[in-house]
Amino acid sequence: MPTGALEQRAREALDAVLDPELDEPITDLGFVRSVETGPDRGLTVHLRLPTSFCSPNFAYLMASDAKDVLAALPDAGPVTVLLDDHHDSDLINRGLAADAGYRGTFGAEAEESLEELRLVFRLKAHAAAMERALTALLRQDPARTEEELHDVVLGDLPDTAATRALLRRREALGLGTAPSEPVLVDDDGRPFPPDEIPLRLRFARAIRVSIDGNAHFCRGLLRTRYPESAADQSPRATDPRPATLPKEKTS
Amino acid sequence: MYSKDGENYFIVDAHIALWDARPENQLNIHGKQFIDCFYDYHRNLSPESEVWPYEEYLYYGGQRLMKDLFVDGYVDHAIFQPARLGAFYRNGFGQTEEAFALARQHPDKLTYNHCWDPRYEERGLDQLRRDADRFQLKGAKLYTAEWHGDSRGYKLDDPWSYRYLEMAQELGIKNIHVHKGPTIRPLDLDAFDVADVDKAATDFPELNFVVEHCGLPRLEDFCWIATQEPNVHAGLAVAIPFIHTRPRYFAQIIGELLYWLDENRIQFSSDYALWTPRWLIERFVDFQIPENMQDEYPPITVEQKKKILGLNAAAMYGIPVPAGAEVAATAPGPAASEAAGPAGAASVAAQPTEE
Repeated sequence: MPTGALEQRAREALDAVLDPELDEPITDLGFVRSVETGPDRGLTVHLRLPTSFCSPNFAYLMASDAKDVLAALPDAGPVTVLLDDHHDSDLINRGLAADAGYRGTFGAEAEESLEELRLVFRLKAHAAAMERALTALLRQDPARTEEELHDVVLGDLPDTAATRALLRRREALGLGTAPSEPVLVDDDGRPFPPDEIPLRLRFARAIRVSIDGNAHFCRGLLRTRYPESAADQSPRATDPRPATLPKEKTS
Repeated sequence: MYSKDGENYFIVDAHIALWDARPENQLNIHGKQFIDCFYDYHRNLSPESEVWPYEEYLYYGGQRLMKDLFVDGYVDHAIFQPARLGAFYRNGFGQTEEAFALARQHPDKLTYNHCWDPRYEERGLDQLRRDADRFQLKGAKLYTAEWHGDSRGYKLDDPWSYRYLEMAQELGIKNIHVHKGPTIRPLDLDAFDVADVDKAATDFPELNFVVEHCGLPRLEDFCWIATQEPNVHAGLAVAIPFIHTRPRYFAQIIGELLYWLDENRIQFSSDYALWTPRWLIERFVDFQIPENMQDEYPPITVEQKKKILGLNAAAMYGIPVPAGAEVAATAPGPAASEAAGPAGAASVAAQPTEE
């Protein structure tokens, strides 16, 4: 296979790497600065972020996820992922090169793993997707009250991008996706008591506003910092592309 | 004072700085990275006509500060909220002596808040006592992502944090401005999470906790705790400049804040010199929730704008408000009565996004 095709497949593989905070692929956000193939079918990927002071834990998650999906390409040689221009670039790049894992990279600053952090943001992404789908339903049928959302099941939702996005967020959390499953649920998939629904929906909206707002701000800051990144960004979709996260790590 | 359409707005800018980020004050690459990050925020969110040249942005001095705030900027009173950043800048980022001298020269216009770092433990407590006396502190600014030795952040509910808050309470330093940043220990957690503010606010009911940039990028977590803790307030630093680039997003932020908190717990701040106050104040007074969003968020009233732009912070800091700029104490706007919505939040046991 020519290396051009390998580069293409590397970019496609990177589509599966999400910014956990923004719930979007790093490719759409313009965080992938370059993908190069070298001798022995080696891959070198440079990542860039909106500021030098983006949280180092999220920066590390994205960079190590990137390395994992590239290393999983069957015909790729040695993989190098480099995070550019970040306050922890040296630390993170050293850790990635040595496959040192989270704790090996951050030493005493790391306690266990970043999986709990990842989970918190998967839950937020689910709440936001749930609110998008249900608000669309309320708009479509103004006669429906918020309390009546208690009885809405997945099968009642129209086949839209917002619904498909919700199903994927549920899957990522291990929540059921059968048509009979209630839509408005807590983190464990349990429906809320009807009297709590307006508040819960309202809170889910605050989460959606927050994530969408951050995504726009980060996109803008990246363009300010790297004007050439504009060409690499896709507009934020209300339905981020399907993405399968790399296998959980325990290091 | 800003006047428009027959209304007078008393302006308190609750978060300003006098920094020095020139190369000779930078200790290392992080000093440059930090001010470059600020400058990108400034360039990204300011109208083009308000963008400063980079050189001026590194250091602007007291004279320019006075002009930008009080001559050009309509501000009546401003509050210094310094960040020390001793790991990045030789003589610190916030210029203590220069800012304090300016505040002493213009006591009617400027209040100087200082900062502390609980990781200095016992030694820092002695320093805090001296600082409270010297600066006559009413408030303090805490940047939780400050780097200190091998630690790159702390939480408000750490044992040493509590010792400092106890002393602040004892010394009458009532107003704690909390600024969350990207690092914390351990890195396993979300550094922007405000759960520690929640705990501290419960345990120190006599103190006010003003969360800067209203918890952004975690607006939702901030709103949730602020609904339940009456002594938690929102500072609009960083949030308010979205009024120019993304007015619909700003409408959502202010709409959420007015819903979850109320109009008495939101404070204007330009975050000078991240942004200059003049255009922010003009735009905010002219601002309204776009009509096609008013089914989600009620319109903002003149009264609410007056409180946010100055009266709330004036009340917190005991800054006298001239006649003609007050609002009737018993006239909550329509949004305020609707803000009774989240009252049930306090009775709901667990935050939905947490286990």
